[in-house]
Amino acid sequence: MFADLDWGPLWLTAELATITTAILFVVGVPLAGWIAHSRSRAKPLVETLVSMPLVLPPSVLGFYLLLTLSPNNAFGAWLARTFDLRLVFTFEGLVVGSVLYSLPFMVQPVQAALSNLPPSLREASYTLGKSRLATFWRIELPSVRPALLVGTVMSFAHTVGEFGVVLMIGGNIPDQTRVASIAIYNEVEVHNYSGANAYSMVLVAFCFAIVFLLNWLNRRHKVVLR
Amino acid sequence: MIEFDLSLSRAGHNSGDGFRLAMAGRIDDGEFLTLFGPSGVGKSTLLRLIAGLEKPSAGTLKVDGETWCDAARGMHKPPQQRSVGFVFQDYALFPTMTVSDNVRYAAGRGESAWVGELLELTRLSALAERKPHELSGGQQQRVALARALARRPRLLLLDEPLSALDLSLRLMLQQELQELHQRFGLTTILVSHDLSEVFRLSHRVMVCEHGRIVRHGHPRDVFIGQAPSRDRLSLSGELLAKRRSDVVWILTLLVGQDIVEVIATDEEADALEPGMRLAISTRAFSPLLMPAGG
Repeated sequence: MFADLDWGPLWLTAELATITTAILFVVGVPLAGWIAHSRSRAKPLVETLVSMPLVLPPSVLGFYLLLTLSPNNAFGAWLARTFDLRLVFTFEGLVVGSVLYSLPFMVQPVQAALSNLPPSLREASYTLGKSRLATFWRIELPSVRPALLVGTVMSFAHTVGEFGVVLMIGGNIPDQTRVASIAIYNEVEVHNYSGANAYSMVLVAFCFAIVFLLNWLNRRHKVVLR
Repeated sequence: MIEFDLSLSRAGHNSGDGFRLAMAGRIDDGEFLTLFGPSGVGKSTLLRLIAGLEKPSAGTLKVDGETWCDAARGMHKPPQQRSVGFVFQDYALFPTMTVSDNVRYAAGRGESAWVGELLELTRLSALAERKPHELSGGQQQRVALARALARRPRLLLLDEPLSALDLSLRLMLQQELQELHQRFGLTTILVSHDLSEVFRLSHRVMVCEHGRIVRHGHPRDVFIGQAPSRDRLSLSGELLAKRRSDVVWILTLLVGQDIVEVIATDEEADALEPGMRLAISTRAFSPLLMPAGG
């Protein structure tokens, strides 16, 4: 079953998930910090926008991304003109869609953990002369390590599993945008159930391993951090 | 010298349950001052205002002639620029750092000798590589104290640092606090609702009620002075139980940590129910006094 399997979509999936998770870590963690501590009036709005992908049908998100990023529209045309960047039906476009789609999976656990830290930790650091940034970096982030791990793993897993957004803005181009979940759909379309089964089994095994790992990590951290 | 005249108003959820604080006073260099009063009267808030963790709605704060806060001019030094050491009620130790890293974080680079000295002084050297969650309450309190001293602050602020500890530990740490105060001569403000702590440690006490300082002075003058009469012994306690015995009532009272029994008449006993707070006043003339031992 695995002998004549095209591993391309699986590698592409892994690549997409890795890049997406890396970007999410860099973008999502400061965003989580801002939401956790901000008293700005814009906070509820930002919070809502970040959480939208949890309830929004992926095809809706994908549809609007397709419209926005298309070179026929102002923003897409500007991207193409200024940066020579085409995001529709390209791997880069998949990354943009995945980052937006998986954003809550990185932001929410980290934000919740930061909000749950006793405020006195930050205040103690301030009275010791440390800036907000130093406090965030040296006190708060190390204290929410379990949540950072959960956010990272969940973002990765969620990107691996996405379908709707990818199909809408990426299509089904081999070695460009055909990730594993699309490949399964593709194999079923051409009645190659054995191929679809092979991809599916890899994903089942992967997801099982991820959830198992998460549970194990959670238990271990509970013991360590009490 | 510290001069403060600060007020803060906070709206409550319902009208009428808002919070208003208006406190003014001066604290001399090297003084050990206690803010005394029940919880919720604004003692900790005053401490937080001095540290810069809260902004006052009006007023000024000057330390050694330097303005730390002047609400009218919109001037508010951030806590980072105020030379204070703050010991929080929950200690606020950094959970991922060891004891020595907690202190080193505060002291800054190139201060290893000073960090070592502080750990020695607070008898933590043997525990230097432990994480906070591996320490007892008293040990955590000492780490918090060592950390607060690490920046060599002008002002040490202690927010009920001993309230979570049991009596014997509290006595021991009070002793240590006193020794540290004598050694460094730091101007110290302690928030406490424990009278014995106030008497043992402070040069002066400010009694706070409903967001105001209602009395201040030497603890002896402030507390003994308010007793109904100087030749009487006045205690306060809680009525635990009452029972009838022949023609009188016997009341069981909790005074501090001691259980005592006193006699009451029918009339007195009728008005009392278990759970009530009582003031007990008796003649202070020729009581039997003897050392109680440790």
